[in-house]
Amino acid sequence: MLCLAPLILLAWNGLNGNLSANPISDITNETGIWTIRFIVATLAITPLRRITRLHGLITFRRMIGLFAFFYGSLHFTTYIWLDQFFDWRAILKDIPKRPFIMIGFASFVLMIPLAVTSTQKMIRRLGGRRWDILHRLIYITAVGACIHYIWLVKVVTYRQIVYATLVAALLLFRLLWKLRGESLQKTHQPAKKPLAA
Amino acid sequence: MAANRKNDINPSEITDEGLYRNRREFMRTASLAVAGAAALSLLPKNISIAHAQDSRTWKPNHPSQSDTKEELTPFKDITSYNNFYEFGVDKDDPAQYAGTLKTQPWSVAVDGHVKKPAVYHLEDILKGESMEDRIYRHRCVEGWSMVIPWLGFPLANLIKRVEPASKAKYVAFQTKFAPDEMPGQRTSALRWPYVEGLRMDEAMHPLSLLAVGLYGKSLPNQDGAPIRLVVPWKYGFKSIKSIVKISFVESLPPTAWNLATPNEYGFYSNVNPEVDHPRWSQARERRIGEFFKRKTLMFNGYADQVAGLYSGMDLRKDF
Ligand code: HEM
Repeated sequence: MLCLAPLILLAWNGLNGNLSANPISDITNETGIWTIRFIVATLAITPLRRITRLHGLITFRRMIGLFAFFYGSLHFTTYIWLDQFFDWRAILKDIPKRPFIMIGFASFVLMIPLAVTSTQKMIRRLGGRRWDILHRLIYITAVGACIHYIWLVKVVTYRQIVYATLVAALLLFRLLWKLRGESLQKTHQPAKKPLAA
Repeated sequence: MAANRKNDINPSEITDEGLYRNRREFMRTASLAVAGAAALSLLPKNISIAHAQDSRTWKPNHPSQSDTKEELTPFKDITSYNNFYEFGVDKDDPAQYAGTLKTQPWSVAVDGHVKKPAVYHLEDILKGESMEDRIYRHRCVEGWSMVIPWLGFPLANLIKRVEPASKAKYVAFQTKFAPDEMPGQRTSALRWPYVEGLRMDEAMHPLSLLAVGLYGKSLPNQDGAPIRLVVPWKYGFKSIKSIVKISFVESLPPTAWNLATPNEYGFYSNVNPEVDHPRWSQARERRIGEFFKRKTLMFNGYADQVAGLYSGMDLRKDF
């Protein structure tokens, strides 16, 4: 419910004329920024869970991830509908002109299989391990989203740097965690061997 | 959104001619009075006359040949949706933070290859100039546009008064540098102070304007008070705001956005739908207040008047 607040606020401001002189641009930017925020939040769950050992956090991950997809869809729809008004020829010409659109589009498309396979049934059908591998696509989406944001602005300010740093930190955490896991495994191996024998 | 902005239909279309003339005459007298008040307000005691006019009923004094007949962008939009990085990178930052800019007293230094170099008080620059309303299209490099009724005088007038030497091939401009008044200058968003430049023939062109007001009122700070350049056939960032220095130079002067990203912003930066910005298309634009995008016109619709300045130039190379 709280995750819908940004949308409600945006709709409220839109209806009351509180947006700027260029409301379509406001809607594009606002949905875009919430997409990247939810992507960062999704990525933050696992590290938080490991650090705090609050394993219940995992129940929020799917919902937050789906909200990232939800705002991403609104953002994409805004572009297709409000910004370009279904002018497919213009869109096709626009995309190669604007690398930031291409990378945004790629990031968004990679979220589709994740959203589709988010149900319990799909997780069971794929099997946990394959599902895990598939859902690592979010790492690419997150990096793509940061590049999208950096490429679309005229001058890079602290905002783009903040998101890029957050994504980098969250991915680095996973890498370090994995390396730590591997080294732990190594030190435990001699002890394991006799057991296995 | 767009529906409630359908106000400014040209009265001649709906009113019979005689009545229209009378009204036009009345408007002219009325707005002369107001323009006079606006000019007065530029003198030392800067009296705000912001309440004097409603932008919907506003009509230009001295309608000029170059005026566009397109619907004016509302005063509120022109003064709340700005790019003025000296006050922040968001569109609403200038309206929010530009209040701290001190525009009194104001002086403009004129230097370089010129017969009358000096630091001029703004009042002395404005003395003897008759202010004209000019309704210009304004096209931002980001792909949005407005129609703005400026109040000002031709840049050429000032140039002639200070008598440049023949060595002067370019005119360079500089915005005020005062980080304590302009919070954006405490960040490194751009290299400060903001600088811009024109070739001498561009600067002398009758369309090039030094604006001191809009909608018949003195300029709000966020729109570049107290004096700014307006070059309507170029992208908005060429029209430098809050000018404190004008230099007459021999070689191509540096310009702020070109310094920031040279491959994206050229010295000329003429509005040109055929030459895209490296990261986005320039073929269309969204007029503020409208839903559908419209086609961008060559030289922002001023090709008849300015194309001659660039004959023989490759505008792809000199973008
Ligand atoms: C994972 C997917 C995406 C994320 C996280 C994302 C994020 C963002 C962000 C943060 C902004 C800037 C907001 C601001 O400046 O305040 C933005 C702007 C924008 N995005 Fe996306 N975006 C994504 C996908 C897309 C897609 C698929 C498209 C279009 C096909 C797109 C088109 C745009 C456009 C046109 C802008 C506005 C650019 C401008 O103002 O010039 N984005 N996006």
